[in-house]
Amino acid sequence: MADDILRIRTPIGIDYTWSSGPGSVVYMRGLENGKLIGRRCPACELVYFPPRNGICPRCGVLLAAEVEVGPRGTITTFCIVNVPFLGQTIKIPYVAATILLDGADIGMQHLIQECEAADVRMGMRVEPVWKDKSEWTPSLENILYYKPTGEPDADFDVYARHL
Amino acid sequence: MRDVAIVAYIEGQNTSATTLSPVEMIVPVVHEILNRANVQRSDIDFWCHGSCDYMTGQPFSFVSAVDALGAWPPIMESHVEMDGAWALYEAWVKIQTGEANTALVFGNGKSSAGDMNRALTLQLDPYVVAPLWPGFRSLEAMGARAAIDAGTVTERQMADVVSRSLRDAADNPNVLAYGYRDADELLDEPMTANPLRAHDCPAMADGVAAIIMTTADRALEMCDRPAWIRGIDHRIDFQNLGLRDLSRSNSAALASYHAGVTKDKVDVAELHATYSHHEIILAQSMGIDRSTTRMMPSGGALVANPLMAAGLARFGQAARQIFKGNADRAVAHAAQGACLQQNIVAVLEGN
Repeated sequence: MADDILRIRTPIGIDYTWSSGPGSVVYMRGLENGKLIGRRCPACELVYFPPRNGICPRCGVLLAAEVEVGPRGTITTFCIVNVPFLGQTIKIPYVAATILLDGADIGMQHLIQECEAADVRMGMRVEPVWKDKSEWTPSLENILYYKPTGEPDADFDVYARHL
Repeated sequence: MRDVAIVAYIEGQNTSATTLSPVEMIVPVVHEILNRANVQRSDIDFWCHGSCDYMTGQPFSFVSAVDALGAWPPIMESHVEMDGAWALYEAWVKIQTGEANTALVFGNGKSSAGDMNRALTLQLDPYVVAPLWPGFRSLEAMGARAAIDAGTVTERQMADVVSRSLRDAADNPNVLAYGYRDADELLDEPMTANPLRAHDCPAMADGVAAIIMTTADRALEMCDRPAWIRGIDHRIDFQNLGLRDLSRSNSAALASYHAGVTKDKVDVAELHATYSHHEIILAQSMGIDRSTTRMMPSGGALVANPLMAAGLARFGQAARQIFKGNADRAVAHAAQGACLQQNIVAVLEGN
């Protein structure tokens, strides 16, 4: 019977033109020049990095002032990746962390390297390691990973609101 | 049944290709319609959105639209993978159940993000039709050919529809096509997808449409002359094109019957006719006399077709005719799918 089953492949492909929108352009241009630029909500005054879509989702208003954040930040939460998966490019175990950049009000996710996974902790201070300047594009991929700065850990109160 | 009315309508600027992100397109429209109805965010107790992920090429892209609403404190919201007109239906049901009193409904689409003629093909049967990539325009041409062969539509009638739509569009600042061209002139143009000519096909747009609807106790606070929804229904035809008579729309006829379109005279009709022959097929199927009913005073979807917003825009434009006192009884209609497969119809009244 199995020989009677007809299988067909029907590939689907559509090309899209993506425009990031003016709200994200400042952020992307900043990355192209090695700067981390977030934007402040004119209503609640929180600073978003990335300023995704240029909107404050709490207030539903367009973000306003540009604010340079980081480059250093504090690990608020993290997870140690021990599971191998198809397409994995980083040697396990490694750490994916949420980092609250100095001056920002929302955390962003990035890799932590140059330290043992077991040593990573909440409150740890970290800084970015950038790709060679010749390789910079308008992308957060310009930052290879974050590494510990060696500063004393941040007080829990500093990031308690951002967990 | 609770009495529910459309009390405000706003559409964003229709453009041929915006550089704004979809969310950035929605934000000002939401602000403007809240101002128009003179209400606060907290007055809206249900938000409902219509859009299509195939248009943006991003799965769950509609989730980011919630960012435009200011969802803190938490709001009650929903989404349909359809034109905003179906979001309006969901909101209407929500109000009927008593779970909400005032709803803000919106639809948005960025047609310029990809090849919509191709993207819309993905709505078709995925096994034997979609893999052929027939293209939407070709399917609509098939529908037009079926109607011409059946003797229910003529090329001249189609040209008359286009001529009138372009003329009406001249009074509407939010269109992408307008002008003064008579039927003879239009019929001299070459066909682009036999029997369709370029002007029989819609002017694709990026756009947003938003509506606020509410119940009897609040409607007059938000609008001097609300558009009361006296009947609403939606129906669907087979997906299999070979099982349908494309010269008519059975689902539009059924939805029209259940919405009560023919119970009284229709002053104005805003039908979601994206191709010129649609108007003729729809009017015939729905029992609307085009000689006594003012058809699409806005110019309709032919002159500005922001996908996923254009159907809701028909509801908004029909309501506007009630708001302004131009009509006492208006019919609003939206369609989705190939060859008028899915249809929603509402009767709006000023009294």
